[in-house]
Amino acid sequence: MASPTPTDTAAHDTSQIPAPEGSITVTVRILRFNPEFDDEPHWESYDVPALPTDRVLNLLINIKSYVDGTLSFRRSCAHGICGSDAMQINGVNRLACKVLIKDLLAKGNKRTTISVAPIKGLPQMKDLYVDMEPFFEAFKAVKPYLIAYGNEPTHERIQSQADRERFDDTTKCILCACCTTSCPVFWSDGSYFGPAAIVNAHRFIFDSRDEGSEERLDILNDTEGVWRCRTTFNCTDACPRGIQVTKAIQEVKQALLFKRV
Amino acid sequence: MQFHKYDVLIVGAGGAGMRAAIASATESGATSPRTAVLTKLYPTRSHTGAAQGGMCAALANVEEDNWEWHTFDTVKGGDYLTDQDAAEIMAKEAIDAVLDLEKMGLPFNRTEEGRIDQRRFGGHTRDHGKAAVRRSCYAADRTGHMILQTLYQTCVKHGIEFFNEFYVLDVVLTDTENGPVASGAIAYELATGEIHVFQAKSIVFATGGFGKVFKTTSNAHTLTGDGMGIYFRKGLPLEDMEFYQFHPTGLAGLGILLTEGARGEGAILRNESGERFMERYAPTIKDLAPRDIVARSMVLEVLEGRGAGPEKDYVFLDCTHLGEEVLETKLPDITEFARTYLGIDPVYEPVPVYPTAHYAMGGIPTNVDGEALRDNDTVLPGLYAAGEVACVSVHGSNRLGTNSLLDINVFGRRAGMAAARYAARSEHVELPDDAAETVEGMVQHLRTATGGERVADIRTELQQTMDSNAAVYRTEDTLKQALSDVHALKERYGRVAVQDKGKRFNTDLLEAVELGFLLDLAEALVTTALARKESRGGHAREDYPDRDDVNFMRHSMCYKLLPEQKEENAPLGLTGFTSDIRLDYKPVVFTRYEPMERKY
Ligand SMILES: Cc1cc2nc3c(=O)[nH]c(=O)nc-3n(C[C@H](O)[C@H](O)[C@H](O)COP(=O)(O)OP(=O)(O)OC[C@H]3O[C@@H](n4cnc5c(N)ncnc54)[C@H](O)[C@@H]3O)c2cc1C
Ligand code: SF4
Ligand code: SF4
Ligand code: FES
Repeated sequence: MASPTPTDTAAHDTSQIPAPEGSITVTVRILRFNPEFDDEPHWESYDVPALPTDRVLNLLINIKSYVDGTLSFRRSCAHGICGSDAMQINGVNRLACKVLIKDLLAKGNKRTTISVAPIKGLPQMKDLYVDMEPFFEAFKAVKPYLIAYGNEPTHERIQSQADRERFDDTTKCILCACCTTSCPVFWSDGSYFGPAAIVNAHRFIFDSRDEGSEERLDILNDTEGVWRCRTTFNCTDACPRGIQVTKAIQEVKQALLFKRV
Repeated sequence: MQFHKYDVLIVGAGGAGMRAAIASATESGATSPRTAVLTKLYPTRSHTGAAQGGMCAALANVEEDNWEWHTFDTVKGGDYLTDQDAAEIMAKEAIDAVLDLEKMGLPFNRTEEGRIDQRRFGGHTRDHGKAAVRRSCYAADRTGHMILQTLYQTCVKHGIEFFNEFYVLDVVLTDTENGPVASGAIAYELATGEIHVFQAKSIVFATGGFGKVFKTTSNAHTLTGDGMGIYFRKGLPLEDMEFYQFHPTGLAGLGILLTEGARGEGAILRNESGERFMERYAPTIKDLAPRDIVARSMVLEVLEGRGAGPEKDYVFLDCTHLGEEVLETKLPDITEFARTYLGIDPVYEPVPVYPTAHYAMGGIPTNVDGEALRDNDTVLPGLYAAGEVACVSVHGSNRLGTNSLLDINVFGRRAGMAAARYAARSEHVELPDDAAETVEGMVQHLRTATGGERVADIRTELQQTMDSNAAVYRTEDTLKQALSDVHALKERYGRVAVQDKGKRFNTDLLEAVELGFLLDLAEALVTTALARKESRGGHAREDYPDRDDVNFMRHSMCYKLLPEQKEENAPLGLTGFTSDIRLDYKPVVFTRYEPMERKY
């Protein structure tokens, strides 16, 4: 098969995409890359019908279904809960299933261009597929599991509502990588753990039932650890779960400085 | 082609698969069986993470409760099609299942005394139906997320080996003197397009449900019933496929779920005039009646002209009296779903809702140790199933809310332990020479096919006919329509072509494979639904509105005929249809409870 070359919109026949009543035309630009054919990534554009209530994910699915089956991206739940479809949408990291077209339209529903690219800092494997292994390796490195010594209690461990509340925010993480791949420190040096791993360390460091804080804090005190963070808040802005990522990182730093959690 | 050898192979990394993996690797008592998990998604992307409301166990942390009441509710909720021995095991082991998760670190919401908090849920009652009981253990409205994360964290802790983005497309059976024995699985690696052969002593299927046969569903795009489809294509039975649950409160038009936990916290269903219509259908527990009853009631409200909205095609879930505090702390995610996807703020406005396809009660028949059955009672050695892919049957014809998160933990664990113990006492069975042939043929065919049919067209039409003809209410006519549509679509599927001919991340090809499973399962669902001429639980027939215990107090067993068996088939006595499905029936297990009329 011939390699798809960068094209302008006219070249893509999008007429097969069903256009429901009330739909408008949106131009979707996608940074495409197929390692079997392409030397490097390139942009392609598609004029597609969209309802204001459509999610960006719907548009990608339609392009794949009716225009070009080779377009590749991860998706599963389609409502912001599984963390599959993190991508750059108009330059910012978002879940494609959580961004509605109406929120991207200029005033008066004027014609709009939406650009979609893979999240940055992880190798692009094909179209919007990136290699997630380095991300999950960083996660695993912070011992993201309950560490408790001694005999297991016969019933549940007791935890006060206030103690439970202490780490509530960081339990919401869906490991989507929006934060880590928006972090300038991570871009310039992939060996930095990145905010997602620190969020997941925080989840256990501040859990009153956990006894592994010291081990984890030692790991995070390392050269790849929390001190690399320059508090730019990109990660917090990117988090689709509304987690106060930078605040969590600050709390870990405090815990290191004052040796208490 | 690559070759791997393990003792225990787990297919699927949702709650059931990971619970099985943990049990196999750490709890079975067998000396460290080599365990690997194959999953088409990264573990934390599994749809268990979407579960919201909770997991029931009679901990009695906030009010009097016991496992016998829980068993009774499960049996009655399933409209007496539940196997009572299995329900009893589940309700008893529920307590340890919740405590195990807590010990693994799951952050449950807490009572003032610091114990695990519990809330009300549909169909769960005190003392055999007297009133709703607080039995559901929960973590806000992200209980499934916390279960999935906690199990994954525990797998990381134990260093369990995962093959992520590996699609299992076939199970290998070896014929022996004593009949077929499971000997391995064939997987397709998404990143490379390579085929991998995994030899194993025991294999646990935990691949989840198949909600994508419907258009309006709470299920993920990836829930395409692969495990059930693979099993079915081997000529092995699927049990109770006609029982598919519609959850009452999907966001209207979208299907995204709003947990029953909302009603557990006091939210109320209202029709257009604002009437609390569930008072008419279930006077005692009203909005907390089981899902089949609530879903049917909602559809009746709409059919009788009392629906809301411009098309009068939905009802309202009213949370406005709960207050912002309760919504933000106990139901934050669903509050956000309504805001994001419908632009409606539940704090101030009632939310438009309508039933959404949610859960498969049926699946691969198993016994209480997760051993897969190849007929009514013969075990298929080496093969196990747990979670939504399986039918134990603990849910009968209608699952109670929270009993699936429970099911995946209790029976995931049981299947994992049984698989590891079986592996410890067995040798690897030799794989047949042509083990990978079917998958290689399928992949090769799809990569080179040039027919004019498009996956998306067939899938859309399938989902449309299933929504119109095989959803909450069914009749002989609608089901026949669905069956003839499915047959036509299967015929077109024979000419399906994919555009992506490449090897790397070829999801185009895999979507075509998944569609094939969906078509087979839709046919199984519709065929068994046609044959069940009664209404029970999740299967409501307008033309047979009553439960018929004389003729239908039995599980359906549905077999796909292999090419060499086809001639013998006399399909259902339905004239005008050819079918490659054979039906059989299996008795329900009764222990304590005699069937009664079901009133709430
Ligand atoms: C929105 C929503 C809310 C819910 N809320 C509740 C609730 O509050 N309480 C409750 O009890 N139940 C609830 N349920 C039901 C419950 O969540 C599910 O039934 C349960 O989580 C299913 O778990 P599972 O492990 O069987 O499957 P899943 O979690 O769906 O996992 C399936 C796994 O199989 C893998 N897989 C699938 N096919 C293949 C293949 N071909 N090869 C390799 N791997 C494969 C996938 O990668 C995945 O890891 C809810 C369901 C939904 C959809
Ligand atoms: S706050 Fe720290 S972790 Fe977050 S983006 Fe900035 S540098 Fe990265
Ligand atoms: S902290 Fe937020 S952005 Fe980062 S991985 Fe978790 S959910 Fe995604
Ligand atoms: S598809 Fe699951 S988060 Fe978007």
